[in-house]
Order: sequence, then structure tokens, then C-alpha cells
Amino acid sequence: MVPTLFGRIQTRIFLLATVGVLITLAIMPLVLAGSGLSLGERYMVGFVILATVTVLGVVWEFIYHFLMQFRWEKDWPSLFGLITLLNEGVLVWILLSAEVVPFIEVEVGAIPFWIHFLVVWIGIWLFANGPMRVPFIRWRFRGGRLL
Amino acid sequence: MVAGAGIPVYDVPFVTVGGGIGSFVTVDYLRIYGVPTSHIRILSNIDHPWQTYQFLTRVSQIPIPERIRSDSSSRPDNLWGWPSYALEEAWKDKNLGHLWNVLTEPLLNDYWTPRAGTVFQNLDREAKRIRYWDMLVKGQVRMVRRRVGGGYFTILTPPEGAATTKRVAFRSRFVHIAVGYPGLRFLPDLQEFREKMGDYQHVVNAYEPHEHVYEFLKTRPGTVVVRGGGIVASRVLQRLFDDRRKFNLQTQIVHIFRTFVTGSHGPHIWMRRKGGDGWAYQGFNYPKSVWGGQLKAEMRRLDGAARAQKYKDMGGTNTPKRRHWQAQMREGRNGSFYHPFQGTVDRVERGQDGRLVSYVRSKDGTLRQPVSDYIIDCTGLEADIAEHRVLADLLQNSGAYRNPLNRLEVERHFEVKGTASGDGALYASGTATLGGYFPGVDTFLGLQVAAQEIADDLARRGFCKKLGPVRSTAQWFKWAFNSQV
Ligand SMILES: Cc1cc2nc3c(=O)[nH]c(=O)nc-3n(C[C@H](O)[C@H](O)[C@H](O)COP(=O)(O)OP(=O)(O)OC[C@H]3O[C@@H](n4cnc5c(N)ncnc54)[C@H](O)[C@@H]3O)c2cc1C
Repeated sequence: MVPTLFGRIQTRIFLLATVGVLITLAIMPLVLAGSGLSLGERYMVGFVILATVTVLGVVWEFIYHFLMQFRWEKDWPSLFGLITLLNEGVLVWILLSAEVVPFIEVEVGAIPFWIHFLVVWIGIWLFANGPMRVPFIRWRFRGGRLL
Repeated sequence: MVAGAGIPVYDVPFVTVGGGIGSFVTVDYLRIYGVPTSHIRILSNIDHPWQTYQFLTRVSQIPIPERIRSDSSSRPDNLWGWPSYALEEAWKDKNLGHLWNVLTEPLLNDYWTPRAGTVFQNLDREAKRIRYWDMLVKGQVRMVRRRVGGGYFTILTPPEGAATTKRVAFRSRFVHIAVGYPGLRFLPDLQEFREKMGDYQHVVNAYEPHEHVYEFLKTRPGTVVVRGGGIVASRVLQRLFDDRRKFNLQTQIVHIFRTFVTGSHGPHIWMRRKGGDGWAYQGFNYPKSVWGGQLKAEMRRLDGAARAQKYKDMGGTNTPKRRHWQAQMREGRNGSFYHPFQGTVDRVERGQDGRLVSYVRSKDGTLRQPVSDYIIDCTGLEADIAEHRVLADLLQNSGAYRNPLNRLEVERHFEVKGTASGDGALYASGTATLGGYFPGVDTFLGLQVAAQEIADDLARRGFCKKLGPVRSTAQWFKWAFNSQV
């Protein structure tokens, strides 16, 4: 899928709210195993991080869209979709360490954070690069817009 | 009136004219949307939908094992485009290299593209699955005309002996036209030479069979002039370089570019295409986002002169920058057997010794007169749409008119403007519609974009049911298990 600005934003929100939520539901108890947190607290951490990635992500999408304008083809190679996990992950981690992410009162270790973040990111990236087209046949022709 | 003329009339709601890739992907969509075979007829002069494509690729130097131009998810045999061809070839060859290539394209690698053979095999599989041949009617279509009571008549001449009358008519509510290229057009100086000298052997078009050129070069050292700066020129050069190496030949190659691109080009920093050594470089025939991204969305809003300008801005002949081709040309330049330069040819004449002399003028005033044994025209010029009888008739008698690029003007959903008839509709896709709201029409993916628009429009008109996420997923599983629909 070669995205338009609105397509990017819609796809990001949709995939985090579906694939992201499912993965978080499945892995959060394990990722934070041994942390001493209750199940509710573990999910709280997972979903707040997911929400943070979503909100910051909308801002990132504007930046990516701007950078894309320098490309003649106005395309966004799938490798970009993968490696942008670096800048986005690092930013969320910095905010988390600085304790400015709301609703997270507990300490989250680097390892659990990155495991959760990477699994969600790669899961979404893989889904967006193929299976997404199976239910949504118009999505790739509309720059990633679902609506 | 038609029945009165003694022509048998068949009733069928949907008829597609052409029977090439464009008809195939449209029928594929409709069958998957749930339209039964009895509601569709494909009128065509070929037996397999990929026949014309296979012919044109073969003569222009893309044999079955070679890789085509379009990418991994341009799958005319799978409307979802997933699994992609790369996944399939990786699975079959047990080779993850294909996936690594797709992952890193076009940054660290050239675009991955499928082998021509992979495409044909899969088209065959899908054609069987949707029972393509139950819908095929062989013959030459003469015209499509609006009916007084709504809908259309399509008149077909069946092959000799196949029917009792010379013509048959199909009465349908909907017609789709995908007749491919209306014909070849030669560069004027080459056309003149061919006609004046009656020589169709030494000046050839890359889209015509021209194996005799390569065969001749195997028998003695010779010189070939190549004209054009697109992918067909790249393919022909590759063949010449490959043969040179394989058979130890002495072939000299003179390559004339009308527009010689020396580097990045374009109006401003947000619109600059890469280029060099004569070529403009681009993976596909249009920038990638015309098939679904920003440029598709932008063009969809443009009409008239603004649309024509946008076509101009992103158009122009181009070829992919493939590493293998770059290396061959470099070797040719260093070894002084490949000579590219800018020039326009005033005329071609036969020299004293019977060889061909091209009179070439370059922008800097240099005059050259390269002498060659053969000239291969790789400019791939297409004839005007009115060269095609059915299209000419549409323009003349059915209210169709031309777009800013002089082809058929179509709606965003590919209905030919001006041709509505009662509750019926006439659609067109493929190269005849270039210049419309969607530029990538003459490609597999573009034909699928059109097919989807057409199928959705037919659903709006109640001809079939729109394909939503649940049915789409169920249909995909049928595709995956190759179960017939
Ligand atoms: C050399 C070459 C390479 C290409 N490579 C690619 C590629 O890699 N990727 C890509 O996406 N696209 C590629 N294309 C472009 C395009 O996808 C193909 O040309 C494709 O076949 C176009 O489909 P079509 O249905 O428009 O035309 P065609 O496949 O040519 O089908 C039209 C058919 O209509 C038939 N017909 C015409 N008039 C009548 C009539 N009056 N009655 C009955 N039948 C009629 C013709 O015989 C023809 O078979 C390539 C094109 C060429 C020439």
C-alpha cells in the first residue's frame, strides 16, 4: 500500500486498535511476568503504551508524509514502515522514563517495554503488508483509507 | 432491426469485448462478486487471456523465464494481491532471497518482479477456477451500438464455419471494452523508409517478431541502431549484450535517444526524477503512487487542462535502473561497442553497400551518419484509438468523446462518458482510456483498479452484490484452496 496522509492516519489507528489490541491482550501478562504487578496493572501499562504510540503516531505520520514529498514516486517503501520503529520506540521510551506518560504509576523495565513494543510493531507491519488486503479489497487502492 | 436483418440475437446481461488481461481481471472480479457464468460473455479473437501479452513480451525480449516489469503484488490472477508473487516464488524455490529483495526494494535492491512464466501459470489456474472458458465466445467484434430500448447490441463475426450466419448479435445491459493496443505506430522517418523501399526486414519494430536480426548478428559482425529510451530499448540492449557475450560476437550498438537525460530532472525539489546516461529512471511506467497513493488521489480530482498538465509533469519515457543493465552498458561504453547519444533522425537511406544510413542531427549541431545493418525501433508508439474499428465506431456513433490525451474519456468508475443507454452502461479499461482520472490504466494493477471500480458500479446498479470484508475473506480462502467458483 502506498499511503496518502489520511490513509496513513486511518490505517495506523485501525491497526493499533485491532491487531495492536489483540497482541497486547495476548502477550502483556507474559511480558510483565515476575514484575509483581496485578493482571489489571499489566494491561493498564500495555494499553497506555499502545495509546501513546497511537497519539504520537498521528504526529509522526505528518512528518513521514512531509518526507515522502521528496520522493519522486510519492511512495513509502515497506522497509521504512519497519525501521521507523526505531525513532518511534525511542521517543516513547524516553517519555516513559521521564515519567510524563499519564496513567502509568508503576516502573516499567526496558526489556518488557521493548518486547511489547517490537512484537506489536512487527505484527502490525506484517499484517499491513499482506493479510490486510484480504478483507479490505479497496484499502490499497485508496492510499490506506478505510473510510 | 437486428433480428430483422437475419442476425441471431443472444441475450446476456454483461458482455466484455477483447478477452485479454483487461477482460480477464474484470470477469475475475465479477465472478468473485458472485455473478454466474451464464450472465457473462467474453467476446474475443484469442484463446487464452494472456495470449497477446505473451506474444508482445516474447518478441520484445521477455521470454518465459525472464522477469517482467511490474511488481510482486501486481497479480492479475488474484484480486487481493496477496500472497504476492515473491511469497509464492520464495515458497516454491525454497529461497528466502526473494523476500529479502522485496523487503529492501527499491532502496538496497532493484524492484523484485515475477518471472513471466509465473504470471502465465497463475492466470491459467485462475481462469480454470472461475470457468473462464465457459464464458468465452470466439470471434471478431465489429461494433457496439446503443439499443433504442436501453442497453447495447454487440455485433460479432464468428470464426469461419463456427456459426451458420456471418454475424451474431449480443443484446446486453452492460458492455465492457478492453481491446488493448489499437495498433503500432512507427517513427515517421522509419515508416517512410519502409514504405518507400518496401523493406520490412531491416527496419523493425521491437513489438514485431525480429529474431532474424539476432540470427544475422550471429553469422557475421554487424551494427545495430537502437531507437528509444524506454524499457523496450533496455530489453533489446540486454539481448544484444547477452548474445555478444554468449556467442562471442562483435556487434556494434548505436543507441539514439531523442531526449538524452543526463541527471535528475524535474521542475522543483518535490518533483525530481532520477536519470543519467540518456535514461530517465523509474521502477514502473508511472510513479508508484498512481496506483493507490497520493498521485492517484490528486489526479482523481483533475479535469481538462489541469489533468493534461499533471500527466505531462509525471510522464515521459522511462526505464527501471536495474543493476544488471547498468553493468552491461558500462562494459559496452568502456569496450567501445555501445555508443549512446542524443539526436533526431531526419531520414534513413540505403547506402551504396546496401546497408542503412541514418542522418542524425544532435542538439549541439553535430551531424552523424551511422551506418548499420539493422534499425530496431523501440519507441513503442501506439496508434490513435480511432485505428481500432470498434473504438472509432464508438466515437462516431455512440456519443463517446476524447480526453485531454486524445483517448476515450471515462468516468472515475470507467464508464465511457456520453454512452449511457437507458439503464445500461458501457465501460472501458486499458490503454484506450489513458488520460483519464486514473493514469496507470495499461498495467495489471491498473486494470484491476478499473475492474474494481466497474464491479462496484455494477453493484450500485443492482447487477451484483458488493464484496464486503466477510465475503471477501471467504472468497480469498476459496482462491487459496483453488476451489472453483
Ligand atoms: C511488452 C509489454 C510488456 C508489458 N509488461 C507489463 C508488466 O510487466 N506489468 C504490467 O502490469 N503491465 C505490462 N504491460 C502492459 C499491460 O498490462 C498489458 O499490455 C496487458 O496485456 C493489457 O491488457 P489489455 O486487456 O488492455 O490488452 P490485451 O491483453 O492486449 O487484450 C486485448 C485483446 O483484445 C483483442 N481484440 C482487439 N480487438 C478485438 C475485436 N474487435 N474483437 C475481438 N477481440 C479483439 C486482442 O486480440 C487482444 O488480445 C506490458 C505491455 C507490453 C506491450
